[in-house]
Amino acid sequence: MLLEAWHFVLERPDRFIAALATHLALSAAALGLAAAIAIPLGIRIASRERAALAVIGAANIGRTLPSLAVLALAMPLLGTGFAPSLFALTLLALPPVLLNTYAGIRHVDEDVIDAARGMGMSARQILGKVQLPIAMPVIFAGLRTAAVQVISGAVLAAYIGGGGLGDFITAGIAMMAVPQLLVGAIPATALAIGTDQLFGYLQRRMTPAGLAERAA
Amino acid sequence: MKWLLNNWDQVLLALGQHVAIALTSLAIAFAISLPVGIVAARKPIVFRTAITATGILYTVPTLAFLALLIPVVGLGRTNAIICMVAFSLMIMIRNIAVAIRGVPQEIVDAARGMGMSAREILARIELPLAAPVVVAGLRIASVTVISVAVVAAYVNGGGLGTLIFAGISNDHAPKIWTGALCACALAVAADLALAGAERRLRRRTLA
Repeated sequence: MLLEAWHFVLERPDRFIAALATHLALSAAALGLAAAIAIPLGIRIASRERAALAVIGAANIGRTLPSLAVLALAMPLLGTGFAPSLFALTLLALPPVLLNTYAGIRHVDEDVIDAARGMGMSARQILGKVQLPIAMPVIFAGLRTAAVQVISGAVLAAYIGGGGLGDFITAGIAMMAVPQLLVGAIPATALAIGTDQLFGYLQRRMTPAGLAERAA
Repeated sequence: MKWLLNNWDQVLLALGQHVAIALTSLAIAFAISLPVGIVAARKPIVFRTAITATGILYTVPTLAFLALLIPVVGLGRTNAIICMVAFSLMIMIRNIAVAIRGVPQEIVDAARGMGMSAREILARIELPLAAPVVVAGLRIASVTVISVAVVAAYVNGGGLGTLIFAGISNDHAPKIWTGALCACALAVAADLALAGAERRLRRRTLA
């Protein structure tokens, strides 16, 4: 079966590479967009209690929504293809990044900020040199969750014509062709686990030396 | 909306199936996680091994997981339930172990001083005090399982996903709306209900 799957790839390498490339592009774009929206938003609401309540509430609801339901809803609204898939996946990636950015910034020790202020740092310097570096491991944990979720979600994007590795799986299931569904399922699994490991590594690298020592 | 009113029996059936497979999976996952979690709470090596192994299962994309099970168990409800159980294990084991470890040592010592056996301590002290965190795990697991069940319709697992897939293949938007919105509502409802249960338990254990 595995051998047949391998032959399937060898017979049409461009189709496999195209699907993999679409999958990666879709995932990376969704994660990038989500980070570009959620990180600044999380920072902004960290100092605004009223706004935070509403945004965090919305994010908590967003986090519970089933991926496929969100993707499916994009279809009657936006049609099929890459763009609706990207929109839905970005929406799915927002809550974890937003919640973690907010929590990371909020949990910076008040004394540390006071000390920075006492040293004459401006609000912007405090954010850039104190709050963000301290919050970084938590923000990266959010990015890690979002990345894995987006890669899983991108498999489902095949249903609404988003392309990617899910195409092999859906075609394989439809025709009950096991080798073909393995061609989609195995790389998708490897991609998800690999991404999780990569972000775990980045998360450790991003932890400021002082914090890492304290944790150890 | 008109479609929903004319086909409410079909929607109700799908909703019922969805809840049924979700509850079955959660029950099976809990039955596996409870003993593993209890042991993991006492033995760090068991904790690490169990979390690493189940963490990998948790990372596998849903549709890929369902697809990988097809050569083993074929299409159908069994496939869906195995996948849903696998996704719940990490969350449940982690929360059960962390919850039991979080019980203050003084309380356990006091219980031992009162002559309670290890089994009594577990049943009457540790598990009741761990309940809020265990329910918090159950909450995440149930949201996950409801989400997985939507996809599982593709491997004939039944449930609300059936409506979504039928809607997509017939290009029938009302079906997609109904299936997707019902699935979202179910997930949010389960989340809120268990959040409420968690709060009540927390208040009780604090009192």
